[in-house]
Amino acid sequence: MTEHHQHHIKLPEGSIEKQTTTLNMGPTHPATHGVFQNIMELDGERIVSAEQTVGYIHRAFEKLAERRPLNQITPITDRLNYCSSPINNIGWHLTCEKLLNVQTPKRVDYLRIIIMELARIADHLICNSIMGVDTGAYTGFMYIMQYRELIYEIYEEVCGSRLTTNIGRIGGFERDFSNTAFTKLEKFLKEYPAALRELENLFTRNRIFMDRTIGAGPISAERALNYGFTGPNLRAAGVDYDVRVHTPYSSYEDFDFKVPVGTTGDSYDRFLVRNGEMWESLSIINQAYQKVQAFKGTDADVFHADVPEYYLPKKEDVYTKMEALIWHFKIVMGEVEMPKGEVYSAVEGGNGELGFYLISDGGRTPFRLHFRRPSFIYYQAYSELVVGGMLSDAIVVMSSLNLIAGELDA
Amino acid sequence: MALRNEHVQQRLSEKFGALVSNFEEPYGMLSFEVEKDQNLKVLQFLHDEADLNFQFLTDLCAVNYPDQPGRELAVVYHLHNLKDNLRIRFKVFAPVAQPDVFTATKLYSAANWMERETYDFFGVNFVGHPNLIRILNVDEMDYFPLRKEFPLEDQTRIDKDDQMFGRG
Repeated sequence: MTEHHQHHIKLPEGSIEKQTTTLNMGPTHPATHGVFQNIMELDGERIVSAEQTVGYIHRAFEKLAERRPLNQITPITDRLNYCSSPINNIGWHLTCEKLLNVQTPKRVDYLRIIIMELARIADHLICNSIMGVDTGAYTGFMYIMQYRELIYEIYEEVCGSRLTTNIGRIGGFERDFSNTAFTKLEKFLKEYPAALRELENLFTRNRIFMDRTIGAGPISAERALNYGFTGPNLRAAGVDYDVRVHTPYSSYEDFDFKVPVGTTGDSYDRFLVRNGEMWESLSIINQAYQKVQAFKGTDADVFHADVPEYYLPKKEDVYTKMEALIWHFKIVMGEVEMPKGEVYSAVEGGNGELGFYLISDGGRTPFRLHFRRPSFIYYQAYSELVVGGMLSDAIVVMSSLNLIAGELDA
Repeated sequence: MALRNEHVQQRLSEKFGALVSNFEEPYGMLSFEVEKDQNLKVLQFLHDEADLNFQFLTDLCAVNYPDQPGRELAVVYHLHNLKDNLRIRFKVFAPVAQPDVFTATKLYSAANWMERETYDFFGVNFVGHPNLIRILNVDEMDYFPLRKEFPLEDQTRIDKDDQMFGRG
């Protein structure tokens, strides 16, 4: 080798002498399903150490929020966990409503629950089918995608968009669910159980899938709690903490559902917990739909609370009524002063406890807004989960945690 | 008997006296303030005492109050007792000139990245943190962007003069 060549290939110091291999997985890698990087030190195929680098899609949401009125922050929350945007949107609206002391009508709560549980199914079915992809079974993923499509069509009918939904408003929804929305919901409720059953049959007792996931990246309940795990990842370790049960919001206390838990906290248990949750979500949606149908008279048309300061008035009213025109103007221009206060409000997101810590100093925009992002908090446990295991297990562990880069980096 | 805010407040006052202060209950959540040097002792006390049992660190972040000289930065801890399902919040204030606050990483593994994030955006120096480096921003950044001294938009720009709307 000439001197010229040696000059170009610059190996890190000591890299020839050391007995391990450094592997850079990410920031763009087909197996990470998102933009984050893992620098792994490998002894053969065994992981000696792993270090995570995050922040590749950091968009300074918390800073942006300090210059936006409450209603303009909703589209920011879309981009946290973009697999289940409606939960983020509604979680944010619930936070605002807590600050403003708004009571929502029951029908609004039930409609919200329908949307949030649909979003949970959309979130979990992606995560579980991607676990299949990462263990070499592509079919389940391709097959189940058409059922996510059904969910997205319902979103579309309710709010007009599919992925970053910006669904609902402070106080409720911007319009009532159309008959088409309910027809599509019925179609989904009718067709999805069979598909979910098939997805289950593909994986749950599949020898290859079980061999790949059982014992991969286990975590004890103590460690999971210490690491701030919430959601399916914590429940897989055997802790039955669910925000929907512990701190019910949006009338979850009116529903009858189980909280699936695992025992070992490994990738297989995480899969099973998510799978169980999808069945529970289906049951919740069925109950909520029945409750929605049971409303009679004027109650059956309610789709928002009365919050003139934050809920845009009807367009006819804006053209004909002074009050409505004033509120319309103030809301659109972001000139509504909010009450002073500090609020922490959390919802059970697709990944766990999604918290909003909102401080208002009485201005038009938040003084400070902090998102408690479950992905960010549990990704730090990743190295503890994978060190000592095989490289191929690390991939499965990552997809079983359901890391969403948008939520990670805020 | 489920744990109550009053009981937590009473236990803290007995143990720490004037070092914990400003008890409030905004929206039902017990909130208070802790002397800067006492944050670890309070966290440990809340964690270890069998009747308090706050073993889950829900959230850790900071707030910048530029109008409070000597107390410009607040580190906010949200704790959760999962057994009795009670949440509490406390703040520790530090001067922006020397924002040293003891790290909670020994008690909570979850605090590691949360503190790194807080350092990254507010420059709070968590004393004893094993790896206090930037996490979301680029390493070369030489300022702490979530502090209030950095407005989101240049306030002096004139191409957006909207005096018409009362915001001149």
